[in-house]
Amino acid sequence: MIRSDYNRPEIKKRATVDPKKRQFAPALFQNQEYAHRLNFYGLPPTANVTLEEFEEWAITRLKVLSELETCTFRNKNAEETLAYMTPILEKHLPLHSNSSRSSQLQAERRRDHYSHFILRLAFSSTEDLRRRFSRLETMLFRLRYRQDDDNRRERSEFINSLDFSWEIVDDKERAELGEQLKAATGSVFKKGDEEGYFKVDFEKVPELVEQRRCMLRRGMAYVPMREQMSLVVAEYTARLDRALDMTARELPRIDEDDRLSPILAHLSHSFTAPSASYDESNLPSSLHPTAANIDQLATHFPLCMSHLHTTLRTNAHLKHYGRLQYTLFLKGLGLSLDECVLFWRRSFRLMTDDKFTKEYKYNIRHAYGDVGGDANRRGRGYSPYSCQKLITEPLPGAGQSHGCPYRTFNVENLVSLLNAGGISDKEVVRGVREDVGKMRYHVACNRVFEHVHRKEIKDVKDKGTWGAAELDTLLHPNTYFKRSFMLKHLGDEDVQAEMKREKEGPMKREIESNGNEW
Amino acid sequence: MLSSLPIDNGINEISIHEAKATDPEVMRAFYQRLFPFRYLCHWLSHHPTPTKDFGFREFAFTLPNDAYLRYQSFPSADLLKKQCVQLVPSRFEIGPVYSSNPRDRKTLRKSTMFKPVSKELVFDIDMTDYDPIRTCCSGAKICSKCWQFITMAVKVVDVALKDDFGFKHVLWVYSGRRGAHAWVCDRRARELDDHRRRAIAGYLELLKGGDKSGKKVNARRPLHPHLDRSLRVLRDHFQADVLINQDPWETDEKAADLLQLIPDKPLADALRQKWDSAPGRSSSNKWADIDSLASSGVSKNLDTKALLEAKQDIVLEYTYPRLDAEVSKKLNHLLKSPFCVHPGTGRVCVPIDVRALEDFDPFAVPTVLDLLAEIDQWHKDHPEGETEAQKKMPDWEKTTLKPYVEYFRGFVAGLLKEEKIVKREREEDAMEF
Ligand SMILES: [Zn+2]
Repeated sequence: MIRSDYNRPEIKKRATVDPKKRQFAPALFQNQEYAHRLNFYGLPPTANVTLEEFEEWAITRLKVLSELETCTFRNKNAEETLAYMTPILEKHLPLHSNSSRSSQLQAERRRDHYSHFILRLAFSSTEDLRRRFSRLETMLFRLRYRQDDDNRRERSEFINSLDFSWEIVDDKERAELGEQLKAATGSVFKKGDEEGYFKVDFEKVPELVEQRRCMLRRGMAYVPMREQMSLVVAEYTARLDRALDMTARELPRIDEDDRLSPILAHLSHSFTAPSASYDESNLPSSLHPTAANIDQLATHFPLCMSHLHTTLRTNAHLKHYGRLQYTLFLKGLGLSLDECVLFWRRSFRLMTDDKFTKEYKYNIRHAYGDVGGDANRRGRGYSPYSCQKLITEPLPGAGQSHGCPYRTFNVENLVSLLNAGGISDKEVVRGVREDVGKMRYHVACNRVFEHVHRKEIKDVKDKGTWGAAELDTLLHPNTYFKRSFMLKHLGDEDVQAEMKREKEGPMKREIESNGNEW
Repeated sequence: MLSSLPIDNGINEISIHEAKATDPEVMRAFYQRLFPFRYLCHWLSHHPTPTKDFGFREFAFTLPNDAYLRYQSFPSADLLKKQCVQLVPSRFEIGPVYSSNPRDRKTLRKSTMFKPVSKELVFDIDMTDYDPIRTCCSGAKICSKCWQFITMAVKVVDVALKDDFGFKHVLWVYSGRRGAHAWVCDRRARELDDHRRRAIAGYLELLKGGDKSGKKVNARRPLHPHLDRSLRVLRDHFQADVLINQDPWETDEKAADLLQLIPDKPLADALRQKWDSAPGRSSSNKWADIDSLASSGVSKNLDTKALLEAKQDIVLEYTYPRLDAEVSKKLNHLLKSPFCVHPGTGRVCVPIDVRALEDFDPFAVPTVLDLLAEIDQWHKDHPEGETEAQKKMPDWEKTTLKPYVEYFRGFVAGLLKEEKIVKREREEDAMEF
């Protein structure tokens, strides 16, 4: 957890943050009354809080957001997420309805309101942070909205307070559209047309349009009342995104308050700690990846990369996203840019030099940070993709082979792929089927890893040379490779030295796991 | 002889049979004499005289040495033409309208002052995405059989864009080899952000999953009206263009793909047996076998509804448009301009009149060399000098490019007419305040 290791101002000194210094708009209220449980956070808080509250409230909200992010990583569906999150929310960020008549209503809502705004400040500095924050806050909002399914009256009051304008579809038009309307929305009402509909410009409900969950007619979307959530959530996101952009522009002025900036910096730092980072240094020195030996090294690749490699060898080509995923992986295992270009050049054996140079080379260089804007070059290109990224990205289309095969293949094809790679142990395959059925793709991958390296793992465990930390769950294809390589080269001196170094310098690992837990 | 070419460029020594479409001098003559810059400018200006919509629009050139020149912009059609004649690009692409002149982007004080603000909503349908299901050709090749896939796709997408999204000005363009592009030019479409473009692409996308993902269509029931309508459009094509012309399940290996999509195991087993014992059955027969065996009662607990739905999904998998959706999702994606010449085939990227979609024959589209020869022929046919009217006649009118340019001109006129109305309404709205 985050400790307060910066200089605290004198205890109890009120951090009455000057409204002019904050991006917070002119003070409208000293103490706001919160009429509704849900909040669009349109108005910034204006009353005073102590630094302790400031920090503590932010940290607990961060804790909640991180749990939400874990849910997406584990591919939990909406129901599972709701079940998992309900006790966590109750503990860290309770928010009761008016009907509960709790004496804490105003205090809870105030805390919710303030913590949202503090994190907004902390996470508006970069585009990445803003997008991630907006995504998680949207999830949180949607979750709370759904919690009100049993409390529709209060929710309607909240929605009415938002001043949306939508047109109700009248009976005549509803009769005219009839079955089509129901088919469009997957409506299953048996007792006639009890469900109401409203119509809005299709631009207002991109989510419903994208998933074909509304009927479209001449540019208007016909939305069942129960899909109101989609509209409300979209509006929530849109307003939050706008507000975050504005906050970003105001940030320099907030930085002037030197009591807040260390807290904010600390918060955003723990937010950036990636759920599965991969450290490109510390690769064993006996590993000399070149364009010529990738075929040999491929025996250490996780399925996602060996599938790309095999596809590349078979077709002498890979589509864009596959190339990007594979290039970054190769970069991560220490293949130099020149060797990488050479590798692709030889792999696309049916292609002319000219075409290769023109259409492909630039992208490889870009991935390495050799070309592109300043930010790209400073950051040395993109980072190799983590399992989380591969598991949460859109599914590949026809002809594409990127992503995580545990997720993108149907089970039968996946099993054939594993068999082709020499994995046919019944227990393992059964386990993989089960994992994949529960959408625990990385668990399946770890299962396969443990099977393939069972002898070596037993060996290092028995000898006590590797601890639990060196064998924890793999969350990154490059870590998979590195661990596989090291396990299969246990005799090499430099692998031994590397293990020693890791043991003596456990700093990074601790920070990482803190990052996971917050 | 290409006597119609200007004398000073030296190409008049080359026989037309030796000239290649990509020869810079051929391309120069094409830009000089045939490319309809005037209407292109009207189209992009949304006005008869050049506007910011044209002037701040990005053009990107692919030069004969394959250099790629981005962020070009032009105040007028003439200057665009001049640049084309000078640089003889093998093709050029059209990007978005920016908030300021693309040529000034580096001198702007803040990078935020240079951002894309509008562009037509575009779609790209390419035959490569059909390789897993077409049997007649592969790769860059097409024939009239597989061109039907493009016809089907255009039909389905066009009606959805118009009836569902309410767009009126959809320009379809032959991509010059094996596909088609759509440019949705309504103001409402041009102003869509990436998020909304993605939503529309998602609405139109149906096939999910890579090559190894198994069943690619899993449509919800009842079918969404868009899919229901698409299925009605595609059903006849499935019979003629897929079952008969492509015969997609002719081999045992391919037939296994079909069996994999049958939800009832006893039925699938019975089908496999039947086909094993009577090899060489055509896809049409195999498709009919599904129903005949199903009604013969080989499966005790056959779910007829599930079977019907699976069959619908199969029809969709083999006929539903396969869009290159990435092209549609980004406001700042560039797309090859209509009327460019495809460097591989030499054919001009002509507009396709959707009212006569079935009549469109990609092999009848003129190549740049055909057209230049037609100009020559026209002059041979009119040896004794031209009338005044004929002197003013643009060269494209003397060639088979004429109907395509005229169609484009009509399309642009329709767009401009509507822009005028919308603009007046907007101004009136503004007056009220
Ligand atoms: Zn063909």
